Amino acid sequence: MILFWVALLAISISIYLLLDGFDLGVGMLFALARSEADRDTMLDTVAPVWDGNETWLVVAGVILWGAFPLVYATLLSAFYLPVIIMLLGLILRGVAFEFRHRAAPKFRWIWDVSFVGGSFAASFMQGVTVGALVQGLKFADGVYVGGVLGWLSPFSLLCGIGLCLGYALLGASWLVQKCESGVRDTARRQIPGLALAVLAFLIIVFAHALIENLPIMHRWLDRPYLFVFPAVGAVAAVVLATSILHHNDRWPFAAVAVIFVAAFGTLALSFWPYMIPFAITIDEAAAPHASLAFMFWGEGLFVFPLMVLYVAIGYRVFRGKVGGTAGHH
Amino acid sequence: MDATALLLSRIQFGFTISFHIIFPAFTIGLAAWLTVLEAMHMRTGRPVYQALFEFWLKIFGVAFGMGVVSGVVMGFQFGTNWSVLAKMSGPIQGPLLSYETFTAFMLEASFFGVLVFGRKRVPPWFYLFSTAMVSLGTTLSAFWIMVNNSWMQVPVGYVLQNGYFVPDDWTKIIFNSVVWSRFPHMLLAAYLTGTFCVAATGAWYVLRGDNYAESRVMLRMGLFLAALLIPAQLVFGHLVGDYVHDYQPAKFAAIEGRWHDERPASEVLIGLPDPATESNKYEIKVPILGSVIASSSLTSQEVGLADFAPQDRPPVLIPFVTFRIMVGCGLIMLAIAWFGSYLSIKRRLRRNRLMLWAIFLSFPLPFIAILTGWYVAEVGRQPWAIYGLLRTADAVTPFLTAPAALTSLLLFGAVYLFIFSFGTFYIYRLLRTGPTRLVVEPPHGASPNRPMSLADPELIQSAGE
Repeated sequence: MILFWVALLAISISIYLLLDGFDLGVGMLFALARSEADRDTMLDTVAPVWDGNETWLVVAGVILWGAFPLVYATLLSAFYLPVIIMLLGLILRGVAFEFRHRAAPKFRWIWDVSFVGGSFAASFMQGVTVGALVQGLKFADGVYVGGVLGWLSPFSLLCGIGLCLGYALLGASWLVQKCESGVRDTARRQIPGLALAVLAFLIIVFAHALIENLPIMHRWLDRPYLFVFPAVGAVAAVVLATSILHHNDRWPFAAVAVIFVAAFGTLALSFWPYMIPFAITIDEAAAPHASLAFMFWGEGLFVFPLMVLYVAIGYRVFRGKVGGTAGHH
Repeated sequence: MDATALLLSRIQFGFTISFHIIFPAFTIGLAAWLTVLEAMHMRTGRPVYQALFEFWLKIFGVAFGMGVVSGVVMGFQFGTNWSVLAKMSGPIQGPLLSYETFTAFMLEASFFGVLVFGRKRVPPWFYLFSTAMVSLGTTLSAFWIMVNNSWMQVPVGYVLQNGYFVPDDWTKIIFNSVVWSRFPHMLLAAYLTGTFCVAATGAWYVLRGDNYAESRVMLRMGLFLAALLIPAQLVFGHLVGDYVHDYQPAKFAAIEGRWHDERPASEVLIGLPDPATESNKYEIKVPILGSVIASSSLTSQEVGLADFAPQDRPPVLIPFVTFRIMVGCGLIMLAIAWFGSYLSIKRRLRRNRLMLWAIFLSFPLPFIAILTGWYVAEVGRQPWAIYGLLRTADAVTPFLTAPAALTSLLLFGAVYLFIFSFGTFYIYRLLRTGPTRLVVEPPHGASPNRPMSLADPELIQSAGE
């Protein structure tokens, strides 16, 4: 039962990373768009799906609360300011999305700023959170003692920038898949730079981990089989480079998605069996059986598959290039 | 624990949830209203029902979007500010709220898409079915929220183990009498909000002299339904009062403004409770009525606040005043609904401009009643977060500092004010334009999962010229 909910949590977080990742990425790349027409096209690629994408954050959040209340309570309170700023960012970008169309042209910049700013704030804070987790929060006797700013460090800020770059890469490859001519070509030109920046970021993180002698480094060295995940990521990176060189529209997104899942898998499995690294394990955090079973026999077994089915149908309805015959815009 | 951080956290939770509740309170009723309109349209084929459906669907879209955006915050705030509560009651509250996300959000999201795009793609019965499913989704969301909150009011079906409230009887948690008096009370409140907003819009159009057929349907359906629902609401309100009387005597005494035990008890109609002297200033009270209301008896003894240690009493003034505002709103709504329905049946309503103004201006009443009703329930529960088990002061995140809480509160205040202004302005602009001047077909570029794009400014501007 515990394993089931860990797996479902991991699946929900992965879905969230991929889906909201690309639309947050498009939100940040929006700042670099050259014309009003380009901006409209970029919005159209994510308009039908962003709201559903964001719902996966709530799904992950409530699974965490119901199945692992200790982790939910500890993480959200330890990351007080990052979580609040992330939520406000998500609100501002979600609303900006809609209000932009109805503002008078001379006031449209307000919503453009809030769309880009909100996307950036949400992505950055998610990265900071992951960074601080990897670095390790301060615990004493199983209780968080790091204080309100315990997450703040050069390393966590670096991870914030890193995730922004990663989401932007995902967003750019999404635009390549969904757009034609102008926007697609711009996005394709952005991918090599972003990909190299992400690579450089990963190397810096690696080096930083070695220098700081962080606990997570030892986990990797202790478990060589984990290198399967980085290896899969490396193969995906080669596929990405090849597809960019051959001007293929479909493969870049798939390749970047695999890189993301590989990175998430590397991270999650190297923490195993800890949920909050080296402080709280999965078993310690798990809710009592009565809670897990109650969730399993209803939402886990029946409703979750329906939700995934719905997302699949939704993406199928909106498949194809924006502005093409299959588009609904 | 930082006392200022505690106070700021309470203000922040109160502010964000008050902001949020306005939108679901509106959309639960509207979703049901849309279902009724679509069913009427299928049965009678009259175009007025379709025009009204398309019109209210646009307003529903804007309000639904605001509700979604502000609702995401609520799911995380338990963890950020109330981490002790979130941890201890996580085994019960977590699963309940996860059921809300899984069952309600999924239904709403998937079938809302059909409402926006599906008119021409699905058979009429399926379109009606989709409308009903959106309505079911909003209702389920309210249901899980009420189960969750009722457990905080009257915790049942749990055992305390290692600092966790562990569920040992889910049937008790979900199917207890507290849930089943409070959930209908909330649902009826939402429906009444819908009926009054619809009737008020109808009255506005009559006063302006346009949208003749639509305003007729809105006035009649809104007023008649309200006239039927308010008495039912009073009954459920009384049942809710019964549970407070039986399970939360301190809250009940605070609502009643009763400081000392009385037999038979009188009922304080108005007054100003003064905790320093443990008495009410300027009070007007009716003898014996207090016992009648509380225990349906002429002789019962009723409990006063002085029976509880000062640290176990709720702040008296807020539940006392907000309860009276709620009941007052309900009684005014009853008068408007009954008298309006009477005039409407006698076919004299359209000429009675005073009554039309009263109906038009009554639309804030249900919102005020819902907000004050929640203040009675939540402030009256103090000093407990989980009644009798966990104090609010012990539920707050222990290391949260006042500067951090103040920063978040100010940020929420600024952002919510900003988006609320635009959202309400937008709904106002749609209402002002009215159904007959809005193009019936879904606007170009609107997409499902993007509720607010339903209401297109160019459309309204061009339609308004």
